[in-house]
Amino acid sequence: MHIIDRRLNPGGKSFANRQRFLRRARAQVRKAVREASGTRSIKDAGKGGEISIPTGGVHEPHLHRSRHGGMRDYVLPGNKKYIEGDGIPRPEQGGGQGSQASDSGEGEDEFRFALTDEEYLDLYLEDLELPDLAKRQIAGAKAVQWRQAGFSTSGPPSRISVPRTLRYSMSRRIALKRPKAEEIAALREEIEKLEREGGQFDALQALRLDLEQRLARSKRIPYIDPVDVRYRRLESNPKPIAKAVMFCLMDVSGSMNEHMKDLAKRFYSLLYLFLNRRYEHVDVVFIRHTHEASEVDEQTFFYSRETGGTVVSTALFKMAEIVRDRYPVDQWNIYAAQASDGDNTSSDNAVVLGQLKDVILPICQYYAYVEVGMDDEDDHPGAGEPSTNLWRAYRRVPVDAPFAMRKVRHRRDIYPVFRELFARRPEGVSAEGA
Amino acid sequence: MTTLAENKLLFKGADWDFDLIKRVHEACGEIGINEMGLDPYPNQIEVITTEQMLDAYASTGMPLFYRHWSFGKEFARNEALYRKGYQGLAYEIVINSNPCLVYIMEENSATMQTLVIAHAGYGHSHFFKNNYVFKQWTDADGILDYLEFARAYIAKCEDRYGQEEVERMLDAAHALQSHGVHRFPRKRMADLRSEQKREEERRLHGEQLFNDLWRTVPAGKRKPNKDEDERRKALLGLPEENLLYFLEKTAPRLAPWQREILRVVRLINQYFYPQRQTKVMNEGCATYVHHRIMNRLHEKGQIDDGSFLEFIHSHTGVVLQPGFDDRRYSGINPYALGFAMCCDIERICTKPTDEDREWMPDIAGNNDPYGTLRDIWANYRDESFVSQFLSPACIRDFGLFRVVDDEEQEEMNVAAIHDERGYRKIRRALSKHYDIAYRDPDIQIVDVDLAGDRKLILGHRVLDGIVLEEGDTQKVLQHVADLWGYDVKLVEADDSGVVRGEHTASPRRPFM
Repeated sequence: MHIIDRRLNPGGKSFANRQRFLRRARAQVRKAVREASGTRSIKDAGKGGEISIPTGGVHEPHLHRSRHGGMRDYVLPGNKKYIEGDGIPRPEQGGGQGSQASDSGEGEDEFRFALTDEEYLDLYLEDLELPDLAKRQIAGAKAVQWRQAGFSTSGPPSRISVPRTLRYSMSRRIALKRPKAEEIAALREEIEKLEREGGQFDALQALRLDLEQRLARSKRIPYIDPVDVRYRRLESNPKPIAKAVMFCLMDVSGSMNEHMKDLAKRFYSLLYLFLNRRYEHVDVVFIRHTHEASEVDEQTFFYSRETGGTVVSTALFKMAEIVRDRYPVDQWNIYAAQASDGDNTSSDNAVVLGQLKDVILPICQYYAYVEVGMDDEDDHPGAGEPSTNLWRAYRRVPVDAPFAMRKVRHRRDIYPVFRELFARRPEGVSAEGA
Repeated sequence: MTTLAENKLLFKGADWDFDLIKRVHEACGEIGINEMGLDPYPNQIEVITTEQMLDAYASTGMPLFYRHWSFGKEFARNEALYRKGYQGLAYEIVINSNPCLVYIMEENSATMQTLVIAHAGYGHSHFFKNNYVFKQWTDADGILDYLEFARAYIAKCEDRYGQEEVERMLDAAHALQSHGVHRFPRKRMADLRSEQKREEERRLHGEQLFNDLWRTVPAGKRKPNKDEDERRKALLGLPEENLLYFLEKTAPRLAPWQREILRVVRLINQYFYPQRQTKVMNEGCATYVHHRIMNRLHEKGQIDDGSFLEFIHSHTGVVLQPGFDDRRYSGINPYALGFAMCCDIERICTKPTDEDREWMPDIAGNNDPYGTLRDIWANYRDESFVSQFLSPACIRDFGLFRVVDDEEQEEMNVAAIHDERGYRKIRRALSKHYDIAYRDPDIQIVDVDLAGDRKLILGHRVLDGIVLEEGDTQKVLQHVADLWGYDVKLVEADDSGVVRGEHTASPRRPFM
């Protein structure tokens, strides 16, 4: 008997099969993921989890008898009261009667299984694209890529290139006419032969001299000389890293209630998830404003209350200032998402528009404005577009700017709106970058 | 370790180590081989983790398998069930190979490891080695090598012809795999190792002999034959119930690699065929053996009362048979029936009643339970096992009754219960239930119109008026049409010649 401990064997044997399965069921899985996302809490937006798909697409058909009709014969255990000749009313369809029922696999019309975080996000954000991913910056010294770059005459012993070294050694040996081992052996043999035979002293002497010279020569010309040795050289290349900064702007004045903030938060989370998958490095800056704007941390941003008027332009000025201080435009991809209920001091609208058009949009990859509203508001048919102060102002932003605005009233709208904003567009139609 | 004193405990507590496994294996062997006369394969015990167990589940327990999405689906399903706690994992998986591979899970307690070794390493292993169905059909020495070959071959095909094409081929082959076995041994199947070599050689031979000139040689005029029909059928070996075999050999448009894939699926499926025929006996044998070994270990003082109770708890769960009206009922539990019958046979051998003497005069009171059981394990399969050895006592214990459900009647009818008049009827009905030839629909390839439109005609012999399930049949037939390359028709007729249904399919994306 042998005992073999297989526990340390690499796991994930089924990984390839699993991927094939997911590919096969892709359309259904994608649909299921989109549907599941509606019911999830914000914290789990990016987590994997259980989904169920209709069995249709991944059904494996085989030849088997129908489960209805004909004459059937069952042997069942656990008789308590029946005697021969009793009648039993037929159970309702799907009542599980019958011992042949289980192996057909027909009963289930849904197939449930769990996705990993990675798989889930992949499907969740599939087909979405960030407009204008252009700016890739050479970041700090940390990001270095090593690659093979020829050979060098110095290096650590572990990187000796044996073929290269031997090639040099051989050409040197040939060039300097190092006596070959077999020549020396042949010479020795001949000397031995002559010695055995005796006589021919001169010839022997000559041969001996020749041998001596050759031996001396092969000692002078080593088989491998330090000048032959070559090392595989590595070269370091700075690695371009795409960096992005995401500005979250939000109106926190009294008119924004918890529901609206929640909607905004959901939108920001999605955007963050999305950016995080596309960029290796993502910074998030939170700017809240009433009649004045300030940069805050996440907790304060979402949960603390402020009172005051509403002057949107302050946030835009603040953003421009932060960009100037910390995020040089030529090194960072800049995204901004603004959430507001649409209130603004009327006199401020012109300022907002000017600042947006002249300063913000030219430096932004994308600017999304989400107007959050109450659940019940304006829900009757024909409500048309919202007509808040800010909405009217933003309507005047030129169409070709990397700018989009949407109205969101309910949680379930968030994901569709987000998809709409970032859906992959055919070449040429995409919003022009700054 | 034979040096251990007879009355010394094998272990204490739940922890185990490799040394303990070795001791347990020997203690079980002492009882299994020396007392019960079992003759198992040498064992190779492999310790695995939960995740690896799930992996093994996905590929029908085999340690290696070719790649296909359906195994991924199986994995995803089991994983979801397991994570949510709907389904526990088996304590072991055992593979019919020589040496016999026994997978045991690291989470098992020492008692469970003992149970598993007795169950799989002695029970199943003995059954695999000695039962005639396994001897006839499977090649325990070669299966692992063949799987290795199959995996590599299919991977190679994927590289050469593309994953999608190969996947489509496997889908089609899998759909037909229940009808890809030879039920009757003809010539001895070549062992799987030479199977690999054969493929290589045949390909080389074909390449050497290839000469394009043959294509241009004009064919001579064929003499018209009176019995054209008969002749054609005889040439094609019709009727043929092994659909995969027929398609592999005769489908006109398949490429060699596609035939080889059909063959791979067919041979692997043939390997599993005995297991489907001996579920009750196989589990009954293993369960009986572990029960006996554990009891003897306890009697000899090698395991303490605590572990014995743990064993009883687990064993009771395994052989539980819920009644038909129980929420947990899902058919007759093969462990329960097999175990009960084996115990019953032991009782008949040692303490027969008058009834037993009347029903089973051959074995009643022969006082050699182990010898009798060994003989039964070697020479029967589920169907014959039940029809010979299901005793009235056992029928009464299970409260078995037979229900006939005739479509034409208003109600289902209780045709037999566990009484004098019913025993034989129940025994016959249950035995029929385990007869694979009866359980799988009888589908054969009947004819091919080679001279005309090359339509392939299949026949389903309808029994008891039960036709094939419409949706699945259509899908499978589509696969057949794609493999065959021309139209396909399936006629369902009963023995009196009444046609109950017809299905047709035309190739949509023929393989070529």
